[in-house]
Amino acid sequence: MSAATVVRISGLHKSYGTTPVLRGVDLEVRQGEVTCVIGPSGSGKSTLLRCVNHLEKIDAGEVEVDGELIGYRRHRGRLHELKDRVITRQRASIGMVFQNFNLFPHLTVLENVVEAPIGVRGLSRAAAVALGEELIARVGLAGREGSYPRQLSGGQQQRIAIARALAMEPKLMLFDEPTSALDPELVGEVLAVVADLAEAGMTMVVVTHEVEFARRVADTVVFLDEGRVVESGPPSELLTAPRHARTREFLARVL
Amino acid sequence: MSVSTDLVPPPTARTAPAAGVVPLRRPGRWISAAVVLVVLAAVVRSVITNDAFQWGVVAEYLTAEVVLRGLGLTLWLTVLTLVLGFALGTLLAVARLSGNPVLAAVSWGYVWIFRSVPMLVQLLFWFNIGALYPTLSLGVPFGPDFVSISSTNLIGPLAAVIIGLTLHEAAYAAEIVRGGVISVEQGQVEAALALGMGRGRILRRIVLPQAMRSIIPAAGNALIGTLKGTSVVSVLAVQDLLFSVQLIYNRNYLVIPLLLVATTWYVVVTSVLSVAQYHVERHYARGAARALPPTPWQRLGGRLR
Repeated sequence: MSAATVVRISGLHKSYGTTPVLRGVDLEVRQGEVTCVIGPSGSGKSTLLRCVNHLEKIDAGEVEVDGELIGYRRHRGRLHELKDRVITRQRASIGMVFQNFNLFPHLTVLENVVEAPIGVRGLSRAAAVALGEELIARVGLAGREGSYPRQLSGGQQQRIAIARALAMEPKLMLFDEPTSALDPELVGEVLAVVADLAEAGMTMVVVTHEVEFARRVADTVVFLDEGRVVESGPPSELLTAPRHARTREFLARVL
Repeated sequence: MSVSTDLVPPPTARTAPAAGVVPLRRPGRWISAAVVLVVLAAVVRSVITNDAFQWGVVAEYLTAEVVLRGLGLTLWLTVLTLVLGFALGTLLAVARLSGNPVLAAVSWGYVWIFRSVPMLVQLLFWFNIGALYPTLSLGVPFGPDFVSISSTNLIGPLAAVIIGLTLHEAAYAAEIVRGGVISVEQGQVEAALALGMGRGRILRRIVLPQAMRSIIPAAGNALIGTLKGTSVVSVLAVQDLLFSVQLIYNRNYLVIPLLLVATTWYVVVTSVLSVAQYHVERHYARGAARALPPTPWQRLGGRLR
């Protein structure tokens, strides 16, 4: 029995000006699966992730989440960009965690977490606070609700950013190099939270440099280079016996 | 156990000098401080002993009814200009930052022209608008008019002053607001977008509260500038604070003491505004520093304890 497809990307092209970044990417992520995207910097990993919630416009191809075309509708064989309000609704069910956390510095930890559930999902303040406190406890930061982001370490900030994304009860979580901005000793606490989420069955796409983490947590590893998927497969195959020379080169450099 | 007491020094340890450390002596500091104090004392002495200041007259007119009425006009002109100016300025900033090239260009053009024309020149233009447009009419461009009014009837000195000050203020306010908005990191907007928040909500809840940190000091400057800038309206015989004291000294020739009356009020109002600005800034500093700086009163309390 195979689980339902949550993300389906096909023939995705994207350029910044005249520089092509993605050149025909195909990718599928099934329900409850963790897909880790690895590759050299400049290979288009982050751009790929940002196309999934339409933070970037695409030039050609399709991005579907839960069977719904993201950011566009198809009409007479062409893609038409959707209205802001529709895109906003689509984004609300896709959580995203950024490399630089991007917590709102003027709001406390709890306010960061409850802002969107109240304003976007329409939860009552009491319900949002209850949910927020539960999630803050889940990422191991109970008691820090009243702190401001700058009073927290990088690892703690990133865990709050994860709680903030989870508060929207997303069906898919996107992680854009969640540990790249962290001091080495803080990487573990964030990866532990991500691994817990994987354990709990969250569907996730993780762009990462942490090959060991990918080996441990990923169901599928995708190696991206120069805007194309060079190869993908379970970590046991791709990370230990890569078929392509470029994958081998990359792994030799990072391992 | 003594471990905890070793690690956490008692609060007094911070102010007491550590044993065995001799701070560098800085004789230059003492000398420069002494020189400045001597100069200051000389200035204060001359201000007090020079009879030409006529402090008695100043005290007499400080709360005269005409002066207070002028002060009232200055104050509400300032507030009105600030509110209208910043409302228009915010619209201009949003237009400039919008993706619409026509709106952005018009906004840029507005700021360019209204920052180029001195406020006094602009006020004179508005005052003499009748020469440019004898009648103001509402209708279809190049088509029929619905309503038509003589512009000299519509725009008296006070209206000319309000329009001129507001349009002038808006040009500066637009740049202040725009500067605040672009000082907020792009990642903040992306994080909010990723959470499914709409543009308006992001502006209100995420961008503007953070932009306020750089908007407030500049807006405080603008407010104080406007307060004093309103004194140019005395040229159009609008009875503000300055014009009121001018009316009096034209009768009794006590020029200096009456200018001191106006000066005193400008200083008093500016001081009140500066204190207010300090507290508003503190409000928007939430989360910006690891700990909020103490207010001057808290600092004073700390010294006296």
